[in-house]
Amino acid sequence: MVTVGLTHFLVISTLLFSMGLYAIITRKNAVMVLMGVELILNSANINFIAFSRFGNFGYNGQLIALFVIVLAAAEAAIALAIVLNIYKNLSTVNVDEVDNLKD
Amino acid sequence: MTNFPILSLITFLPILGMIVVLLIPKKQELAIKGLTIIITAIQVVLAVVLLLNYNYSLGGINDIKSFQFIEKFRWIEITGFSWIGKIKIDYFLGVDGLSMPMVLLTAIVTFIASISSWTIDKSVKGYFAMFLLLDTGMMGVFVALDFFLFYVFWELMLLPMYFLIGIWGGPRREYAAIKFFLYTLLGSVLILLVMIGLYFSSMETLADGTRVFTFNMLEMMNPANYTAGGILSPLNPNNLRFIAYIGLFIGFAIKIPMFPFHTWLPDAHVEAPTAISVILAGVLLKMGTYGILRVSYPIFPEITKDLTWYIALFGMINIIYGAFCAMAQKDFKKLIAYSSVSHMGYVLLGMAALNTMGISGAILQMFNHGTITAMLFLIVGVIYDRAHIRDLDSFGGLGRQMPVYTGFVTVAFFAAIGLPGLSGFISEALVFLGSFGNDITRVLAVVSTLGILLGAGYMLWTLQRVFLGPLNEKWASLKDMDFREFAMLVPLSAIVIFLGVYPGPMLKLMNSSVNTMVEFIEKAQSFYQSLGSL
Amino acid sequence: MDSQFLINTSLYVLFLPLLGFVVTLLLSKKVKSVYLFENLVLILTFIASVFILYNKLAIFSDTKIVSDVEWFSFPNTPIFGDISIKLGIMIDNITAMMLFVVALISMLVHLYSIAYMKGDERYNRYFAYLGIFTFSMNGIVLTHNILMMYIFWELVGLSSYLLIGFWFEKKSAADAGKKAFIVNRIGDLGMFAGILILFFTYRTFSFSEIFASIEAGILPFNSTFWLGITGILLFGGAIGKSAQFPLHVWLPDAMEGPTPVSALIHAATMVAAGVYLVIRIFGLLTADAMLFIAVIGMISSFIPATIALTQNDIKKVLAYSTISQLGYMIMALGVGAYQFAFFHLVTHAFFKAALFLGSGSVIHAMHHEQDIRYMGGLRKKMPLTYWTFVISSLAIAGIPLTSGFLSKDGILASSLAFANLTGHWLFPVTGFLVALLTAFYMFRLIIITFHGEPRDHHKFEYAHESPFVMVMPLIVLAVLSIFIWYTPNPFNADQGWVLSKWIEKPVLHTPVETRFDFMKPDSENFSHNNEHIIYSSTYSEAMHHAHYPAMFISLFVALSGILLAFVFYHWKKVDVDTLTEKVKPLYNFSFNKWYFDEFYDKTFVSGTLMLSKALGWFDLKVIDGIVDGAAAATKSLSFFVGNFDKIVIDGLVNLTAYLSGFFGLLFRRIQTGKVQTYIVLVIFSIVILLFIFR
Repeated sequence: MVTVGLTHFLVISTLLFSMGLYAIITRKNAVMVLMGVELILNSANINFIAFSRFGNFGYNGQLIALFVIVLAAAEAAIALAIVLNIYKNLSTVNVDEVDNLKD
Repeated sequence: MTNFPILSLITFLPILGMIVVLLIPKKQELAIKGLTIIITAIQVVLAVVLLLNYNYSLGGINDIKSFQFIEKFRWIEITGFSWIGKIKIDYFLGVDGLSMPMVLLTAIVTFIASISSWTIDKSVKGYFAMFLLLDTGMMGVFVALDFFLFYVFWELMLLPMYFLIGIWGGPRREYAAIKFFLYTLLGSVLILLVMIGLYFSSMETLADGTRVFTFNMLEMMNPANYTAGGILSPLNPNNLRFIAYIGLFIGFAIKIPMFPFHTWLPDAHVEAPTAISVILAGVLLKMGTYGILRVSYPIFPEITKDLTWYIALFGMINIIYGAFCAMAQKDFKKLIAYSSVSHMGYVLLGMAALNTMGISGAILQMFNHGTITAMLFLIVGVIYDRAHIRDLDSFGGLGRQMPVYTGFVTVAFFAAIGLPGLSGFISEALVFLGSFGNDITRVLAVVSTLGILLGAGYMLWTLQRVFLGPLNEKWASLKDMDFREFAMLVPLSAIVIFLGVYPGPMLKLMNSSVNTMVEFIEKAQSFYQSLGSL
Repeated sequence: MDSQFLINTSLYVLFLPLLGFVVTLLLSKKVKSVYLFENLVLILTFIASVFILYNKLAIFSDTKIVSDVEWFSFPNTPIFGDISIKLGIMIDNITAMMLFVVALISMLVHLYSIAYMKGDERYNRYFAYLGIFTFSMNGIVLTHNILMMYIFWELVGLSSYLLIGFWFEKKSAADAGKKAFIVNRIGDLGMFAGILILFFTYRTFSFSEIFASIEAGILPFNSTFWLGITGILLFGGAIGKSAQFPLHVWLPDAMEGPTPVSALIHAATMVAAGVYLVIRIFGLLTADAMLFIAVIGMISSFIPATIALTQNDIKKVLAYSTISQLGYMIMALGVGAYQFAFFHLVTHAFFKAALFLGSGSVIHAMHHEQDIRYMGGLRKKMPLTYWTFVISSLAIAGIPLTSGFLSKDGILASSLAFANLTGHWLFPVTGFLVALLTAFYMFRLIIITFHGEPRDHHKFEYAHESPFVMVMPLIVLAVLSIFIWYTPNPFNADQGWVLSKWIEKPVLHTPVETRFDFMKPDSENFSHNNEHIIYSSTYSEAMHHAHYPAMFISLFVALSGILLAFVFYHWKKVDVDTLTEKVKPLYNFSFNKWYFDEFYDKTFVSGTLMLSKALGWFDLKVIDGIVDGAAAATKSLSFFVGNFDKIVIDGLVNLTAYLSGFFGLLFRRIQTGKVQTYIVLVIFSIVILLFIFR
C-alpha cells in the first residue's frame, strides 16, 4: 500500500502550478489568465498545507492558506472588476490587445 | 576768492543739463538743443571767470598749496578691512597752469560743437543727453587731482562717446565705435592696473597722524610717501616702476593717439558726426598728453628722464608717419584725422624736451591743435553737409563757388601748416626750440622739421584739389556758408589769429607750472638716484 | 629830431599796408572802389619811406636805430634762465634804401595794376593781397632779429602763394602757387634749422646780440665748423626765396601770376629777400660758408642764362634772367663784394621791374598773348614801352651810362679780384660768360618783340600804347636805371654817394682764423680791434687792379652779346633755324630747362608720393591689419571656445541623454506591454538565475 507522502502533494502542487503558469502565458482571454492565477495560488495553498502537515511548523501553514484563500477571493474580485472595466473601455478581454502601457 | 565750488559747477553743470534734457519731452527738439547750447555757453563763461581769477604766479603740479580753486573732501571711506586698512578716496579738484588751458579749450570746443550739433535730427534727446554727459567726463578729467576720481571721469567720457559714434555715426559706425571703445578700454585697463599698484605703494598721513593708502596724485608724487615694500615703490629694490610706466604710457598713448596705437582715430573720425569729430580731435586727444604730463611725468620722474629719447622718437614718427599717411588719403576727413596724428607728434616731441620751452610749446600745441583741428573738422562738415561726399578728387574749384568758406579754409589750413601769424606756428616753433635745446632729443628735432614741409605738401595739395582749379560743374549749386557755420568758425579763427600774433597770455598762464614741473623732474631725478633704485 | 621818430614812421610803413589788406579784404565785396583805399595807403607808405630814407641818409647816416619790445617771455626757466623773445626794428642805411625800393615799386605796381587788372572779378581782393605782401616784405626789411625775419619770410611766401595762384581756376596757376610755397619751404627748413642752432647757442634771435656773442668767442657747439654750417643752413632760406640752384624751379612757374605781381614779387623785391637775408647774416659767415654761397650763386647765374636763350614766353625769359641776376648778387656776397651785391639788388629791382611791367604792357596790348613768336614790330605802336624796355635792357646787359653797368661791373671786378687773391678763377669766367649771354638773350627778346614785321596781324591791329597809369611806372623805373642817381662818374661807382656814403661797409664778426685771408684785418688795424674794417689792404689793391680789366671785358662781352643778337635776329646773317638744327641736343637741353622739373618730378615728387602711398598702405593693411587681426583672432578664439562649449561640453550632456534614449529605444522592444511576455521573461530569468546561483 502506498502511503500518501509529502512528495505526492508536492507533485500535485507542481502540476497545478505548471498548469496555472501555462494558462497565464498562453491564454489570450483575461478571464482564463485569471483562472491560471487562481490555479497558481491554489498550488501554493497545497504546498503550505502539505508542509504544515509534514513539516514542523505547527498550524502556520493552514493559517496562511486560509489567508491566501481570502486574499485570492479579494484579488479575483478586483481583477474581475479590472477585466470588466477593460472590456468596457476597449471592448476586448484579449490580453494581447491591451498593450496601452507600452507607449 | 571765495570758497564757491566753481570747479564742481563747471564739471557737473552738464550733468544737471542732461537731467533736464531727459525731462523735456522728446518732441521739444528746439528746447533740447537750445538748452545744451546755453549750458555749454555758461561753461565758457565759467571758464573765463576762472581765468580772470587765476593767479599766474602759482605753480601747482605737486604742491597742493599752489593749486587753485581747490575742492577737497572725503568721498568714500570704508573702515575695517584688516588686510588693507582703511579705504579712503577723496573728491579732489583743482587747477594749475597745466589744466587751465585745457579747461578753457574744453569749454570752447564743446560750445562750438554744441552749435555744430544743431543739425542732428536722429533721436535728438538721446544725443544731447549723451553729449552733456561726455562734457562732464572731459571736464572732470582735466580738473580731477585724485587718481581714482580721474579714472572715474576718464571712464565716464568713454561710454557716451561710444554711443555718439555708434548711433549717430556714418555707415561703418558700429565698427568704428567698437574699435574706439575696445582700444580705449585697453588703455583704461592699463591705467587701472598702475593706479591700483600705486595705491598699494604710497601712503598719505592724515590729519590725525594715521597713515593710509592714498589715491591722491599729489601724494603719489612725493617719494617720501612710498612704503618700503610697495610694488611700485622706489624703496623696493624689486619694484616694477619701469613696467608700470610703460603700461601707463601706453594707456595714455592710445588716446593721443601715438603710433602704432593710432588706427582707431581715422575710423572713429570718419564715422563720427561732425560735432563729435570736433570734440574727439579737439579735446579727447589732449587727454592722452595731459594724462602723461599730469600723471606719468611727476609720479615717475626718474623713468621719464630716462625715456625722453624714446618719447621724442615716437613724437618724430607720429609727425612724419602721420604726414605721409595724410598725403595718401582720398577721404577729406581721414586726411584731417591723420594730420591730427602728425600734429599730436609735436606735442610728444615738445614734452620729451623736458625744458620750459618744449613743454610750454607742447601745451600750447595741445590748445592750438584743439582749435585748429576743430576748425578743420567743421570745414569738412560744411562741405559734407552740402555734397554728401568727402572724396577729395571729386571736388575742384570750390574757391569760386564758396569764397567765404574758402577764406576760412585758407586760415585753418595755413594755421595747420604752421604759418607765422597763426597760432600753429608759435607752438611748433617752441616745440622745436625746446627739443633742439635738449641734447638727447636734438637730432630727432631736426629730423622732425621735415614735418613742416610734408604738412605744407598735403595741406596745399588738398586745398588745390578741393578749392582751386576749374569748378566741377556738379557742385555749381552749392551755397556758401550760412550764419550758423559762420558763427562757429569766426570765434575759432579769432583765437587762432590772436594766439598767433600774441601768444603771451597763454604762455604766461602755463609758465610757472611748467617751470615747476621741469624743476621737479630735475630734482626728483637726483633724489631717486640717491635711493639707488635706478 | 629824435631817431625814435624814424622808428615810429617805420611802424607806419609796416602797418599801413596791413591796414590796407584788412580793410580791402573785408570790404572787397561790399565796396567796389575799396581798391582806391589800398592805393592811397601805398602812396602814404611810399611817402613815409621817402621820409625815412631822407632822414636816415642825411641826418642819422652813421647810426643804427634799434628799438624792440618784448613779444612773450619765459621768466625763471630752470634750465635756460630768463628767456625773452622780442619784436624789434632796426634801421640802418641798407634798411632805409631797401624800404624805399620796396615801397616805391609796390606803389608803382599798385598804380599800374589799376589799369592792368581792370575787369577782373576779384579786383579788390588782388589789391588786398598786394597789401599783405607789402606788409610782410617791409617786415623782412625792418626786422632786427632772425625769428621775425623767418615769420615775415613765411608771410611773403603766403602772399606769393596767393598771388601766383590768383587765377586759381587755371590748373597751371594753382600748381605753380603750390610749387612755389613747397619749394620755398624746403629752403626754409634749412633756415629754420639755422635759427634753432642760433637760438640754442645764443638764447636770442637778435642779429646784433648774436654778432656780439660771436665776437665774444661763443660758437655753436664750440666749433667754427658749426658756425659755417649755421651760415649755410640760414643761406638755405635764401636759396629758396631767391630761387637759387637747386631750388630755382619755382620761379619760372610763378609767372602764372598776374604780370604786375611778377614785377613786384618775383623780380624786384621778394626774390631779393634772399640776398637781403645773406646781407643781414653776412657778419657770421665763415670762409667756407662764403665759398659755398659763391658757388651756388655762380651756378644759379649760369644755368638760367643758358635756358633764357631759347625760351619763347616773354615772361619766362625775364624770369630766368631774374634768377641769373640774383645768382650774380649771391655770388657777389660769396666773394665778399657786399656793397656791390646790395647795389646790384637796388639797380636790378628798378630795371627788372621796368622790364616786367614793360612786358606786362606788351601782354596787355596783345590781349594776354605771352609768346614772343606772335609779336614783332611793336616798336611803332608802343614807343614809350619800347624805349623804357630798351633802357632797362641796356641796364641789365651792363652798358655804360646805366645803373646796371655800375653794379654789374662792380660784381665782376670783385670776382676778378677774388680770383686773383684766392685762385678761384671760375667765378669771373662764369660771370663774364653770363654777361655775354644776358646781353644776347635780352636783345633777342627786344628784337623779336619790338622789331621786324608783326607776325600776328590781327592782334597787332588792336595793339596800342598802354594808358598813363601803366606807362608812368615804366618811365619812373627806366629813369631810375640811369647812372646819375647813384654816382656822378658813369664808369666808376666807387666815388658815388651810394657806395661811399649810403651802403655801409660790411662788418665781419667771425673768428679771424675762419675768414678769407683778404678779410683778415691788417696787423696795424688788428691791434686796434677796429671791427668796421674787414678787408685787408691787399684786397683794395686787388680791387684796384681788377677795375679796368673787368670794365673792359664786361663792356666787350656785353656789346658782343648785343651784336650777336642783332646778327642772328635783326640782320638775320645767320639762319637761326639751321643753327638750332645743328645743335639740336643742346637746344633741347636748354629749351627744356635742363630737365630739372622732370628730374625733380621723377625723383622727389613721385618718391614722396610713392612713400606716402606705401605708408598709407602700410597703415591700412599692416598696422590696422594687426589691430583687425587681433580682433579677428580674438573673435575666432571666442568662436572656437563657443563651439567647444557647444559641441564638447554641451555635447557630453547631450550624449548622455542620447545614450539613455538609445538604450531606452532598445529596451522598449522588450516592453511589449503584454503581461504574458513579461511573465515569460521573469520565468526565464528566474530559471537562468537559478542555474547561475545553484
